[in-house]
Amino acid sequence: MTDREHKQTQPRESETEEVAAEVVAEDQSEVLTDRIDDILDEIDTVLEENAEEFVKNYVQKGGQ
Amino acid sequence: MTEGQQLKVIGTETEFGISVLNQSDFNPVAASSSLVNSYAGKRARIKWSFDEESPGRDARGFGFDLTPTFDMESGLVNVVLGNGARFYVDHAHPEYSSPECVHPREAALYDKAGEYVLTRAIENAQRSLGEGQRFLVHKNNSDGKGNSYGAHENYLISRAIPFGQIVQHMTAFFVTRQIFTGSGKVGSENGRPEVEYQITQRADFFEEEVGLETTLKRPIINTRDEPHADPAKYRRLHVIIGDANLSEVQTFLKLGSTVAVLYALEEEALPEALVMADPVSAVWQVSHDPSLQTLVKFADGRTMSALEAQWQYLEWVGKHMSESDRGEMFTDLLRLWEEVLTDLELDPIRTADRLDWTAKLRILQGYRERDGLQWNDPKLRLLDLQYHDVDQTRGLYNRLAAGGRMKRLFSEEEIQTAVRRPPDDTRAFFRGECVARFGDSLVAANWDSLVFDIGEEALRRVPMMEPLRGGKDRVGELLDRVDTPAELLRALGGDND
Repeated sequence: MTDREHKQTQPRESETEEVAAEVVAEDQSEVLTDRIDDILDEIDTVLEENAEEFVKNYVQKGGQ
Repeated sequence: MTEGQQLKVIGTETEFGISVLNQSDFNPVAASSSLVNSYAGKRARIKWSFDEESPGRDARGFGFDLTPTFDMESGLVNVVLGNGARFYVDHAHPEYSSPECVHPREAALYDKAGEYVLTRAIENAQRSLGEGQRFLVHKNNSDGKGNSYGAHENYLISRAIPFGQIVQHMTAFFVTRQIFTGSGKVGSENGRPEVEYQITQRADFFEEEVGLETTLKRPIINTRDEPHADPAKYRRLHVIIGDANLSEVQTFLKLGSTVAVLYALEEEALPEALVMADPVSAVWQVSHDPSLQTLVKFADGRTMSALEAQWQYLEWVGKHMSESDRGEMFTDLLRLWEEVLTDLELDPIRTADRLDWTAKLRILQGYRERDGLQWNDPKLRLLDLQYHDVDQTRGLYNRLAAGGRMKRLFSEEEIQTAVRRPPDDTRAFFRGECVARFGDSLVAANWDSLVFDIGEEALRRVPMMEPLRGGKDRVGELLDRVDTPAELLRALGGDND
């Protein structure tokens, strides 16, 4: 199966639907950008101290 | 389900990363034991009977004996839970093996319940630590320094499928499903080419196409064939190539899509095998490209991206499922699979509310932009690690989920119930209920049997070789009717349930 044939098999049935999907894409990425700073501020309050030391000391035994 | 279609028994096993902060003489076996024992309480004395286990049995048919690497002493740090799961110490990690389930959604729920078992164990064991010390438990698969530990999936499949067909059809599926099974990782390991960020925790550790090993030279298709059930009827497909996932939606998609492809394989509904030219290299090549543009070579000369291969599997499976009524859960699964592939194709970050690797990437990109961090900054590695911390307050996945930033499948109540109670539809129901009701009389338990001591001269063993028997519909009423284990055994007549 070629790439072109494959695209046709994908479940996007009309151009209209594709346009709608793009609009949703923009909306969603705006929401994602809006909220990222809040998330980072929240993470700052719980992040372990002394990243370099912490990461250096994190050693596990191999498992399965 | 139409008649004759066998329900698929599935379960997951997770080895958790373990450390104790500020403990100079930290010993991972001792720390893991402490967690299991603290959770177990008096149940710690129920042994896991190893007599039926044979990890050396090989699906290819040339089984050989492996000297057991487990120590019988590990009976001390091994517990069978009231939800039918096993919680124990394996390879210097605390491990939770979920009870047997028959639906991918339920298996995802019991996988999530395992995280709650660990957090409860931590709470209980905390008092054994000194001042300033605390347990750190991560549901991840790598320490970033070349050491990996597993998150395995188990699917009980028909013995009738020739093993060669499993290899032929499932290899490309496992390699390409990484785009929605990955939990994300900063950098690479194990001698693989350098990369800033990759899709999965595990890809760097796969070195063979097919093999029995799980701790070194890990294979894409693992041949450990230990069905814990009638071996003439069943084979266990032991999948070691997945990541441990925090996202409930992602765990459901990982297990559900795999079950759906296995149904199609068993029912001969996969029209052709997608055979990769070099699957071992493809594992890390796919994982090392978060843009999802990498083309993989196939044996017939075609090239395809992982996304394109997944669209193909979805099309085949969707067609197969539409021809037979599999119930609402599989309709939900197919819709989710399609939505995730669509979003990954538009822009992977659109899946950051459903997939761990994009949720983590979004946090890392946010820090890089805000604080001007390079990819080799230790802070990014710390964020990577802490995403997996099972602690409700500190774990970054848990923060995202609590803030409504990850789609959830399960309510708190559902998860809490799954920590205590077994699933209804498999022998895990009988196991879990016996542990909860008659734990004092149970001397040993494993996947396919229970051993009771009811004060007679001989111990009494109850075999449970059929995983689909022993569910609530078969033994629920009987369990409610009896008051003592002796009555239970009498009612069972010493036979299989």
